[in-house]
Amino acid sequence: MPGFIFRRLLGAIPTLLVIVTLSFFVMRLAPGGPFDTQRRLPPEIERNIAAAYHLDEPLVEQYFLYLDRLVHFDLGPSYRTKDFSVSELIAEGLPVSARLGFSAMALALVFGIGFGVIAALRQNRITDYAVMSLATTGIAIPTFVIAPVLTLIFGVWGVRLFGVDLSLPVGGWNNGALANMILPVAVLALPEIAVIARLVRASMVEVLRSNFVRTARAKGLPYRVVVLRHALPAALLPLVSYLGPAFAGLLTGSLVVERIFGIPGIGRYFVEGAVNRDYTLVLGVVIFYAAFIILLNLIADILYAVLDPRVRYAR
Amino acid sequence: MSIAFDDTALDRAFDVQGRSLWVDGRRRLFANRAAVASMIVLAAIALAAILAPLLSPYAYDSIDYSVISCAPDWWPGDAIACRAGGAHWFGTDAVGRDLFIRVLYGARVSLAVGIVATLVSLLIGVGYGALAGFAGRRVDAVMMRFVDVLYSLPYIFLVIVLMVIFNRNFYLTFVAIGAVEWLTMARIVRGETLSIRHKEFIEAARAAGVGRFATIGRHIIPNVVSPVVVYMSLTIPNVILAESFVSFLGLGIQEPLTSWGVLISQGADQMEAAPWMLMFPSLFMAATLFAFNFIGDGLRDALDPRDR
Repeated sequence: MPGFIFRRLLGAIPTLLVIVTLSFFVMRLAPGGPFDTQRRLPPEIERNIAAAYHLDEPLVEQYFLYLDRLVHFDLGPSYRTKDFSVSELIAEGLPVSARLGFSAMALALVFGIGFGVIAALRQNRITDYAVMSLATTGIAIPTFVIAPVLTLIFGVWGVRLFGVDLSLPVGGWNNGALANMILPVAVLALPEIAVIARLVRASMVEVLRSNFVRTARAKGLPYRVVVLRHALPAALLPLVSYLGPAFAGLLTGSLVVERIFGIPGIGRYFVEGAVNRDYTLVLGVVIFYAAFIILLNLIADILYAVLDPRVRYAR
Repeated sequence: MSIAFDDTALDRAFDVQGRSLWVDGRRRLFANRAAVASMIVLAAIALAAILAPLLSPYAYDSIDYSVISCAPDWWPGDAIACRAGGAHWFGTDAVGRDLFIRVLYGARVSLAVGIVATLVSLLIGVGYGALAGFAGRRVDAVMMRFVDVLYSLPYIFLVIVLMVIFNRNFYLTFVAIGAVEWLTMARIVRGETLSIRHKEFIEAARAAGVGRFATIGRHIIPNVVSPVVVYMSLTIPNVILAESFVSFLGLGIQEPLTSWGVLISQGADQMEAAPWMLMFPSLFMAATLFAFNFIGDGLRDALDPRDR
């Protein structure tokens, strides 16, 4: 097992290097610099700015400079947001984005697994069709439609149920107050709930048909025990390898959710950076997210190996 | 002495009709009501998008300040209707452009992006996957490692970076999204190729002197078509979603041209005063994505009987 983990860790380093290299050079291919303004600056000032940010040096040297900083966890200064380094901006947005993302993930897992199992147990019956059409709806209707509609219903019109005011704030973070979190987390989790429910349903249906489940039933074990103790763990195995993509999906969703609800997370900085051609900021966020996803995939791999010994002994 | 076995005589005797995978598949697909309904909806939207200029007296970019943000005539509630400016079936937007024609032009862009980008991803993905699977060993390992690496980047980030680089050029938008969407296709094709590359008919072809690339093109790719078709029908809605996503963030298609993402973004801004501006593009987009998903599911059930 330690050998397996070590091999995987070692494999992650070249992956990260390729991504850093690719994104660095691709970003530099972009036309227009971060300091292009409507007004022409005097050439000597332009030269000074370029020198201050090492933009006057050959590209390869800039690349190695960037790598050197990177191993010290320094992503360089932001070109646009004065007095802030990219690391500082990410550090500022991270707690907010992380809290949003992990809450959404927890919500997605609980509801996704629940719905998936229920649908599988009622395969090809009304409940199954109802859950699966809901899941298809969740996948087909994009976040950026659901978010405004929910805002309209819960925020602008307000909802009163049995005399209880269920209105929610339409935006802002308010230091992560529960009321401010509900809508963004729900919107972020919805598509993942749908995907997880479909995934769990498919694998659960297959597992329920398999020989060991039939054996368990034949032994006379109660239905509940067969489902929860025998079938469910086996059915959840494919979910482990979906964790990486699921978090990637959440990161993507966070771009829209953070924009719509005005949440000061990393996604907002990224979009602003892309619009303003803030190379270092965009590059920094892409690298940061890539590292995050590589780490998650690594954890998922290891978890999978722990749960399914066949993976460990292959190759 | 050898006995010649005449298949055709046997067929004639028993009146056996051969049924290919495709005939079977079509039969199964057309038996699927959700898929058929989806095809009809999709055909209607596509037709309306193509015929858009004939369906409305308004141009998609003609601004009319006398009918700003007015509701459709039949809109319930107290919003100001468009009667003054003639019939606007879906109302108008914040600068008085007819929303009906804009939604249809949005459909043009979204559908075109979906199809063209999917074709790009198909070309790259199938070629790459088949090559990797057929080459095997080292080449395969290196090629798929590269795919793994790109996989660990959230792809919308790549799309955004590519959009910035291509300066939001409309046509390059297609290519950019397609160039990022091919990864899963490559994986699927590679897997299928691996599973058939040691089959007898491939060995027979190689033994008969068919070249490597000809083997891939003539013998391998035709045999991996059904998972590719299924995945393609699921890629199109993904691409439409990606384009709208990027447009929603203000990084995609530029005015006065429009796509559903732009319309939804504008609608979301005006949601309180003019909910129809959010409603119609959202409805069209949701219907399209639904339809593609149902068709994809139908195709999978029809072409990949293992799953049933």
